[in-house]
Amino acid sequence: MSTVAALTQADVQAVVATCAPGQHLLPVAGGTKPGLSSSSRDDVTRVDVSALRGILAYDPAELTLTARAGTPIAELQAALSEHGQYLPFDPPFAAAGATLGGVTAAGASGPGAWRYGGVRDFVLGVRLVDGAGRLIYAGGKVVKNAAGFDVPKLMVGSIGRLGIMLELSLKVFPRAPETVTLTCELGDTEAAAEAALALMRSPIHLDALDIAAGGRLLARVAGRSGEVEARAERLAGVLPGPPVRLRGDDERELWRQVWSSVTETDADTLVRATSSLPGAAGLVAALAATAEASVHYTLGATAAWIRWPRAAPIDRLDALLAQRGLAGMVLIGSPERPLIGHQGGGVFAERIARAIDPDSRFLEL
Amino acid sequence: MGERLLTGPAQLAVFASDGLTAFSERPLAVALPESTEEVAAIVRACHRAGVPFVPRGSGTSLSGGSVPVPGGVVIACNRLNRVLRVDPLTRTAVVQPGVINLAVSAAAAAHGLQYAPDPSSQSVCTIGGNVAFNSGGAHCLKHGMTSNHVLAIRAILPDGELVELGSAQGSAGPDWVGMFCGSEGLFGIAVEITLRLVPVPEAVCTALAGYDSLQAAGEAVARILREGLLPVAVEIMDAVAIEAAEASVKPGYPECAALLIVELEGEREAVQADRLVLESLLARSGASDVRITEDPAERALIWKGRKGAFSSVGWLAPDYIVQDGVVPRTKLGYALAEIDRMSAQAGIRIANVFHAGDGNLHPLILYDGAQAGATDRAHQLAGEILRLCIALGGSITGEHGVGLEKRDFLPLMFSEDDIAFMRRIRHAVDPDELSNRGKMLAMS
Repeated sequence: MSTVAALTQADVQAVVATCAPGQHLLPVAGGTKPGLSSSSRDDVTRVDVSALRGILAYDPAELTLTARAGTPIAELQAALSEHGQYLPFDPPFAAAGATLGGVTAAGASGPGAWRYGGVRDFVLGVRLVDGAGRLIYAGGKVVKNAAGFDVPKLMVGSIGRLGIMLELSLKVFPRAPETVTLTCELGDTEAAAEAALALMRSPIHLDALDIAAGGRLLARVAGRSGEVEARAERLAGVLPGPPVRLRGDDERELWRQVWSSVTETDADTLVRATSSLPGAAGLVAALAATAEASVHYTLGATAAWIRWPRAAPIDRLDALLAQRGLAGMVLIGSPERPLIGHQGGGVFAERIARAIDPDSRFLEL
Repeated sequence: MGERLLTGPAQLAVFASDGLTAFSERPLAVALPESTEEVAAIVRACHRAGVPFVPRGSGTSLSGGSVPVPGGVVIACNRLNRVLRVDPLTRTAVVQPGVINLAVSAAAAAHGLQYAPDPSSQSVCTIGGNVAFNSGGAHCLKHGMTSNHVLAIRAILPDGELVELGSAQGSAGPDWVGMFCGSEGLFGIAVEITLRLVPVPEAVCTALAGYDSLQAAGEAVARILREGLLPVAVEIMDAVAIEAAEASVKPGYPECAALLIVELEGEREAVQADRLVLESLLARSGASDVRITEDPAERALIWKGRKGAFSSVGWLAPDYIVQDGVVPRTKLGYALAEIDRMSAQAGIRIANVFHAGDGNLHPLILYDGAQAGATDRAHQLAGEILRLCIALGGSITGEHGVGLEKRDFLPLMFSEDDIAFMRRIRHAVDPDELSNRGKMLAMS
């Protein structure tokens, strides 16, 4: 694996256009998810697009933003927070240097995406370089647009294999001024999933709903000062045991700690998988029977972040997910096969990938 | 298929047009499949014979999206109308494409859940059509469009092959579901769709505010967004649209030049807190008449007037064109003034009804097709409005799709390379352009 740095849009186009037959390209920027952005193969060249950064347009009154793909998420968050706005899909790895393009390519959303949706629900437009080195624009810059194929959505989860993103437009939202987090130790995933179901049946909209390994439930509400406490109180009444209430710095620190223990690892393979609340306890049990794995559920357990020992064969996790109809993406770990488990798409996926990249210049999906 | 294959001229005539009556074409035949297997068999037969086909639901497309193709077959999915499953634990529903939009919410109501996207035609339009055109609606400001609520699709590709895209649990890989949504029938037919459901809100509060100009109403919208409020809907109707609504549905709107409708929803406490902010904001916004209600019957009437606006203008003119352009929200006031000026200059009346919160305009261009040249003049004005939207950095369509109507305007938004890229994707999936030929992209 070698790396070339692209300093301009034209550089990216040239690298793709001159890619030799049999050679493959893989875009990289922040490199926070090496399972997606590295390779041990010598027919792979990484295209570093981290120099293609910067916000191109942000008007707070529009609630939209356009930035180059290599822009660090932290830079976007800083610009947005000056105007009380935020990226509602709450990108993970932001503190570690994740970029807009990388977060989109991984389709990875953080716990706060529970309220309004993930990165797929906020991406509006994309400028990309296709497999022939052409510059392509798709989507739009306004919050509503139904013209042409929704290529911006296709980029979400495309792990750099369906074009190299140069620029993205996003919808953003105002951030609720106050949040309260309730946590409850419930002993195991089954009990925590039961409590999570009770919370979901209540009329209270949650801002985040996670189940940490060992059955710790974390539920966050967001809103205005005064009413947010009243809603937290109602939530507490639904929980099986008395919760701990956290606000302000303590609350932020809790979420930071919980999520750094999920995403920071050198020793384990980190896989983001699809999951469901009714199947949450079963998946934990099946994983435990196979390897020393741990699972952090987020987004109401519709996403499982699985720590899988490096020593354990990834094939076993692959089979275990496939059996359950679940899909997984290897974010940290061996980069040879980033998509595992049950992957849909079939010939639809193959045909579209071939249309975008007929000469297989990008790594195969 | 016997009597479910229609070939009689009178039977076919019913399918010649959709919601955009300016286009009309009699199909060769209309098939009414009742199962996924029948859809696949019809598509395979078309593929073998090289016969183009047009998937159709209730035919409410406002862009000519389901107008038949000469010499082609219409595959009407209305009999595939079963809600297959509602799962309250995962908040999902699995439906067939012919299920009516409102029927999903009806099926989910027992669990306190609903299906959020609400196109104005929701009492008749089908989920299959909603998916094909990524339909929006008044409540998309907070909830998003159709594709934000579709988790998985089983689709019959244009060669009859069945594929599974996404899953009820979402995906970890490219978003093939997102790519299929809004593809205007060019990738085949969705035969089973897994939808996300959302909880029915505990409290809903709807505000009406009357203004003496569209600009003043537009300025109030900007203030609402600046305040950090995230209403579920922010709509504006102008005097002509109000007049039409009062002539038909009689919602009893305030008398004004521009009516602002703002709806808040959520938990009791959150709605009360937001209501206070909204009330004080509206009180300072120069509104002549402000009414706020939490009464479900009053709310239903307000929305009946708003959602019936397209059909209500039938009271004012024999024919109309609904436009669907989008402008950046901050350019709303300018765009409306320009449309007003264009309307005066052309001597053609325009009713404005629009999703102000997301800059999605719906100018209704009123004309009488019986008058010589009137149809052409109306279409010319419609084209000028789309050019204005693009010049302001917006889009030619927010939620109705390109269809037949706006495909000549696609080059305003996209370069030749961009369109060629879309065409390569289309041809990779459907080399012979059999599925909904000529929609979005002109036949090559």
